[in-house]
Amino acid sequence: MLLILCPYCQSRRAELEFRNVGAAHISRPSDPQTTTDAQWGEFLYQRDNPKGRIAERWLHIHGCGRYFNAIRDTISDVFVTTYKSGEPPPAMPSEAKP
Amino acid sequence: MKFSLISLLKEGLTGNRGWPRQWRDPAPKAAYDVVIVGGGGHGLATAYYLAKEHGIRNVAVLEKGWLGGGNTGRNTTVVRSNYLWEESERLYEHAMKLWETLSDDLNYNVMYSPRGVLMLAHSIHDVQVGKRHVHANRLAGIDNEWLSREEVLDFCPILNPATDIRYPIAGGALQRRGGTARHDAVAWGYARGADRFGVDIIQNCEVKGIIRDASGKVIGVETTRGYIGAGKVGVVAAGHTSVVMGMAGVRMPLESYPLQALVSEPIKPIMPCVLMSNAIHAYMSQSDKGELVIGAGTDQYVSYSQTGGLQIAQATIEAICELFPMTRRLRMLRNWGGIVDVTPDRSPIIGKTPVEGLYVNCGWGTGGFKATPGSGHVFAATIAKGEPHPIAAPFTLERFTTGRLIDEAAAAAVAH
Ligand SMILES: Cc1cc2nc3c(=O)[nH]c(=O)nc-3n(C[C@H](O)[C@H](O)[C@H](O)COP(=O)(O)OP(=O)(O)OC[C@H]3O[C@@H](n4cnc5c(N)ncnc54)[C@H](O)[C@@H]3O)c2cc1C
Ligand SMILES: [Zn+2]
Repeated sequence: MLLILCPYCQSRRAELEFRNVGAAHISRPSDPQTTTDAQWGEFLYQRDNPKGRIAERWLHIHGCGRYFNAIRDTISDVFVTTYKSGEPPPAMPSEAKP
Repeated sequence: MKFSLISLLKEGLTGNRGWPRQWRDPAPKAAYDVVIVGGGGHGLATAYYLAKEHGIRNVAVLEKGWLGGGNTGRNTTVVRSNYLWEESERLYEHAMKLWETLSDDLNYNVMYSPRGVLMLAHSIHDVQVGKRHVHANRLAGIDNEWLSREEVLDFCPILNPATDIRYPIAGGALQRRGGTARHDAVAWGYARGADRFGVDIIQNCEVKGIIRDASGKVIGVETTRGYIGAGKVGVVAAGHTSVVMGMAGVRMPLESYPLQALVSEPIKPIMPCVLMSNAIHAYMSQSDKGELVIGAGTDQYVSYSQTGGLQIAQATIEAICELFPMTRRLRMLRNWGGIVDVTPDRSPIIGKTPVEGLYVNCGWGTGGFKATPGSGHVFAATIAKGEPHPIAAPFTLERFTTGRLIDEAAAAAVAH
């Protein structure tokens, strides 16, 4: 079972308190009139599904009840970080090379 | 060497020392007409039918680990065809028909055992949904029958008959032709069959890149054992499909999750069938060795960890103990996980891709073992002809653009 740090509660809690709600940073097309089938398909169904770091959303359903984002490694399941909704994904140490 | 009563007798009397290798261990050639990526049951079946039915024998199956070391060797072996929609009924029933003659066809005992699959109902809603399924299946010519509560308890007497539990038994749908098959034997039987037609089965060979020419067409694959040219490439990589297809720049509507199973210590025969309950997310059957084979659920997050959370297995065990009170004092022997590739509509993707020469067969998620022969059969035809086999035609990648989904609740989440 994962231990997850809720960025609102600032507390590391058992996975049982949380609901995973899929990939993060996906935005709904803003103008349905001009959105093509391919764009809808991309928004609704296509996913990165990476073997490595994933940006995903969690809901602290049995805690504060709020959504937040996380970066996790899908091979080790270790969380790199969690951050509040609306915040941009943090620059990762590996990406922050000089 | 052909397996026969005579060869069995002869080897039995001479210490079983004369059995030859069942397939060669060739070094990769420079190029093949077709390269299959993934040596699970589906990939091996594809190669077998390419050679047998389409005369395409210059074929290699590339497997990064060992044959059947993926989900083929990790699943709980439930076979059935009682799916809801016509497209799925055709696909899974096509596989079921092939199961019935597969051991003869391969001259290899895949131990297909049509012992019946009984799906329980626990509430009035379950009963309604279950009966709808039975009717849909029968309209499609697929056997499925409704059992009353009494008939269910009669058919499988170890079930908990109590009515004051959270999920009392209200009835069930029984597909008698459903059952189990031996998963390893399926991989080995297809490998042996394909090898005899000249297919090269290359293990410990991981595909690292898909190489395309200037026009975008696939011309080969980069592997840990060097470059291998290919006229066509078929990707059958289950949980790793997104990774492999990413090598050709194709995004997939897939998410990969760990799915777990466990087996108990072996005991005398206690149940006549496969029993499953969708409502409480548990199913169980008994292997020929006597172990109870128990399927659990997926984790809730994308992962390639191939283990899965302990709380998932625990929840399943709790459900099993409630459904079958006599199992409460049994010890569990092993618990393991596989990585399953799940589509948004829980139906597989079989067919062409935006890249010329690149084909994909994936998205079987938590329930593709049962489809192994049918999947390989229609995928081989699709690769050979460059056109979807009629049974595979609805299961295109394009359906996630057109919206023509095949929303298969019968495949949902846990039930197999
Ligand atoms: C615990 C569990 C229980 C299940 N129970 C059932 C059940 O009861 N009934 C049922 O119908 N289904 C069940 N399933 C689902 C079923 O196992 C799968 O749908 C099916 O086995 C998929 O077959 P496959 O041949 O496509 O996949 P696999 O057997 O996983 O084969 C894919 C192969 O591709 C290889 N590969 C991946 N990447 C590469 C690469 N880059 N290069 C080379 N090779 C690569 C892998 O090593 C693997 O061997 C279960 C699955 C699990 C995990
Ligand atoms: Zn919180």
